[in-house]
Amino acid sequence: MDLNRLERVSEHCWRIDPTGEMRVPGIIYGDEALLLEMDEKVYEQVSNVATLPGIVRASYALPDAHWGYGFPIGGVAAFDPDEGGVVSAGGVGFDISCGVRTLHTGLTLDDVEPKKKALADQLFRDIPAGVGSTGRIRLDDAEMDAMLRGGAQWAVEQGYGEPEDLERIEERGRMAGAAPEHVSERARNRQRDQMGTLGSGNHYLEIQHVAEICDDEIAEAFGLTKGAILATIHCGSRGLGHQIGTEYLREMAEAAAAHGIRLPDRELACAPIRSEVGQRYLGAMAAATNCALANRQIVTHLTRQAFARVLPSSKLTMLYDVSHNTCKPERHVIDGEEKLVYVHRKGATRALGPGHKDLPPALAEVGQPVLVGGSMGTGSYVLCGTKESEHLSFSSSCHGAGRALSRHQAKRSWSGRQVVDSLAARGIIVKSPSMQGVAEEAPGAYKDIHAVVDAADRAGLSRKVARLEPIVCIKG
Amino acid sequence: MRGVGASPAEAFEQAALALTAVITEPENVAAEDSAEIHCEAPDLELLFIDFLNAIVYEMATRRMLFGRYRIEIDGTRLRAVADGERVDVSKHTPSVEVKGATFTCLRVEQLPEGSWLAQCVVDV
Repeated sequence: MDLNRLERVSEHCWRIDPTGEMRVPGIIYGDEALLLEMDEKVYEQVSNVATLPGIVRASYALPDAHWGYGFPIGGVAAFDPDEGGVVSAGGVGFDISCGVRTLHTGLTLDDVEPKKKALADQLFRDIPAGVGSTGRIRLDDAEMDAMLRGGAQWAVEQGYGEPEDLERIEERGRMAGAAPEHVSERARNRQRDQMGTLGSGNHYLEIQHVAEICDDEIAEAFGLTKGAILATIHCGSRGLGHQIGTEYLREMAEAAAAHGIRLPDRELACAPIRSEVGQRYLGAMAAATNCALANRQIVTHLTRQAFARVLPSSKLTMLYDVSHNTCKPERHVIDGEEKLVYVHRKGATRALGPGHKDLPPALAEVGQPVLVGGSMGTGSYVLCGTKESEHLSFSSSCHGAGRALSRHQAKRSWSGRQVVDSLAARGIIVKSPSMQGVAEEAPGAYKDIHAVVDAADRAGLSRKVARLEPIVCIKG
Repeated sequence: MRGVGASPAEAFEQAALALTAVITEPENVAAEDSAEIHCEAPDLELLFIDFLNAIVYEMATRRMLFGRYRIEIDGTRLRAVADGERVDVSKHTPSVEVKGATFTCLRVEQLPEGSWLAQCVVDV
């Protein structure tokens, strides 16, 4: 990115002045090196989002931002319904409520190391992953409706997991406002046999160990100690969410014009929040969010079963579950007045600071765990929400490393077998139905997660708490 | 996905093969079964999006891959037959699931030299 087009506000904050049809400025977080590496398209997309009706404060890009569809991935924008604000199907994306869940296991690296291979085999056998994989659960229409309304709460009622799991899921595992009647037959058909599956692409189940504690106090509050083993699940709303995204993107591309909204990029397809299509989409999107929450709950159940077979002393309990493709109605202070706005986070994690009323009691004093997934080789991070991120980014932080190479470039640069062998040499077992998929998701295809997380920490978006390294990775 | 051909139908066909190639080698997909696709849209670009999304839907719900497409376009109405087989993980080693077609880089147009181009980015 050409830094001459930006005003440097501070070490880790850069501003795009509102010009042309931009209603608010653009704000990009990151250090100089990250900004220099960022695609010029991020600048264009941040600016485009700033032109949408009803946007408040600024159009934000986080340190992991890269070229997305309409919105940058790593983008945050909030819209005020009183000011003609919009909801954008493109701004949420196809994988509605894709997110990360991390579980404590009650085990240490020493406990797991001797059983690592058996655990990897068991997890790979028990958790459906990859293209065309199906789960054991078949939902009829009434059960599908109940799942779409109930999310992870529904899954727990069906016997997948424990009621206390819900404490540590956003919205207590159930997004309000779900309207299954606005979820099409085609979306339901894509989901019929996909409950409890990981999917493909960048989705995974990882067994990780805590390699480094960066903040002793918060780590203790989160129950994280050096050498502890964690299980992390990254997946989303599967075919149902993809189909809802597809259908509403198409419908909103036409609806925007009908509402007199001029789109600088058709991918920003949106409709006023207070319009018939806007309301329908919000109901369908909330249903898809519940589908994602139910899905991660079922995958959690399968993970617990697999652990119990190989390591009977394990006890998998929730650290947290957070989604990173969402639009949520939230209350924020805009120009000194608390207002209800619709916050879009596209490849961005909500990061509530200490004292926030939506946090469960156990986390209220410290803040929300922010789960940042890295690549198979470089590891992941647990961060913690800050108070200041409320005014910096509507309480949002980064969600991952962000791609540096396209899938095509990655595939040309190395083979899946090479990646598996080089990670095996470092003690990391990778299991996947697709070697090509592994090549496309290789560590070298991603940006440096350490730099991204450091920037998020220094910018005040969230605090670094612990660094995790994988020992087993089940790739979708 | 980018398809180039002598007609919109040929460009769509090439782009559909590219869609399959994201997942597996199209030549490695046998023509054992087929799916019929019908789409109608206000313009050729939206027709292209609808067509790709219809293939994605057939692949997902029938758990199939398609290695050959026969397409007829009349104005902005499309009829296609896609030939393929059920996904066999050991044979096809499918790398990714396509979520849907996006408007990013969407173009359907006749190039100056006369051939047709149909392209867009798909999300995986």
